[in-house]
Amino acid sequence: MAKNKLTFEQSLARLDEIVRHLEKGDLPLSESMALFEEGTGLLSACGKMLDEAEQKVVKLRKGPDRAPVELPFEDET
Amino acid sequence: MERLTLTVTELNERIKGLLELDPLLGDVCVRGELSNYKIYPSGHHYFTLKDSESSLSCVMFRSNASKLRFRPESGMGVTAFGRVTVYPRDGKYQLYCSALIPEGTGDLQIAFEQLKEKLSKEGLFDEGHKKPLPRFPRRIAIITSSAGAAVHDMIRILGHRWPMAEVALLPVRVQGAEAPPEIVGAIRYANEFHVGDVIITGRGGGSIEDLWAFNDERVARAIYESEIPVISAVGHEPDVTIADYVADRRASTPSNAAEIAVPDWREMEALLQNLDARASQAVVGRLKRLSERLEALRAKRVLTDPAAHLDNRRIELDRMRDRLLAAQEGVLAKGKQRYVGLAASLDAMSPLRVLARGYAIAEKADGRAVRSVRDLAAGDRLRLRLADGRAQVLVETTAEGENNG
Repeated sequence: MAKNKLTFEQSLARLDEIVRHLEKGDLPLSESMALFEEGTGLLSACGKMLDEAEQKVVKLRKGPDRAPVELPFEDET
Repeated sequence: MERLTLTVTELNERIKGLLELDPLLGDVCVRGELSNYKIYPSGHHYFTLKDSESSLSCVMFRSNASKLRFRPESGMGVTAFGRVTVYPRDGKYQLYCSALIPEGTGDLQIAFEQLKEKLSKEGLFDEGHKKPLPRFPRRIAIITSSAGAAVHDMIRILGHRWPMAEVALLPVRVQGAEAPPEIVGAIRYANEFHVGDVIITGRGGGSIEDLWAFNDERVARAIYESEIPVISAVGHEPDVTIADYVADRRASTPSNAAEIAVPDWREMEALLQNLDARASQAVVGRLKRLSERLEALRAKRVLTDPAAHLDNRRIELDRMRDRLLAAQEGVLAKGKQRYVGLAASLDAMSPLRVLARGYAIAEKADGRAVRSVRDLAAGDRLRLRLADGRAQVLVETTAEGENNG
């Protein structure tokens, strides 16, 4: 559950950790394979994040309770 | 109609003549700020007079410069007197300055230097206070004018490099008296509601007056107090404002700020590919080493068949027996062969075999075989031995010589 909610940064950090573990090669094989599987999942998730990212631009206005309200950003040039 | 063609010299002389016809340019009084002030070894002074919009090349010859009663420096506001004419060699017009009067000093420049000095002493520019920028910001708060090229440049570059980051624009005025309080308000607001994990504040290029909001002490303090890291992005490369000194990171332009704020996804993709390759290599290498070990173990039958070594002993034993038997047989065969050979030779040498071919052996009475005619005399009695019997014969005559025939 939490895995799907990792940010790109967290995913990258976890990936880095996994690769280091795998490269050390001191884990039991079953754990290595589980890590590898996790890494593959993270890689494809990161790739997907990169591929599917679409920039979102908003303009913030102070709402009635002072909290920010998002407005679409229009070209004002 | 034939076209009038001038040499460059003629053209410059013509412009020079035109300028010199203007009475005002012949005796002008001009106010501005000194910049790029240089005193040459010849004693002539060269400098530029400028204001927010324009600049003017000036020269003051030694004879006039020696009468100056103050030491001119870049940044000073002055009133210059002189005449404007063309310097034909370069095709440039300039002010031939006869006198300079200091006029207060460049107010903005002085204010800037004073504030810089004050804030620096207070520690607002300390490196130790500067916060690191997030490597992968999720939301970037941009505090600038919503009109103008700067905001569009930033949004475009951010989207190009790292579209995953959201951009939240907090529109403010960036010049005029209202600008500093609006910028300060936006920085504080961004912190209060944490509208981003990095702030970019700035504006596009302009004169020193246009950029002045970013030299405002209130703005400087708001940047210093911001919990969210701030990237300053004011004007062009050479423009340095107080905001640049106090910001956690100074960008030379708004576009540069966008480049600093986010990574480039292409580089990230390459990094991911590298991690992928390393992970695969590590696992494949591991599996390969393990399977090699497995193969090596599998080759040792002792593990899979405990009786195998006994079998092997048995086989060894059988082989030894075979070799032994073979050796024994060899010896017998050789002996037999030798015996047969000897028997054959014996047989060949037997006198009986000679007699069988038609020969006879003559023997004397004492049983000795006669080998020479000299052993014989007429009247000797001999015994002839033939293959199938014997006979008594009498010698009649003897004669020496081979084959008496």
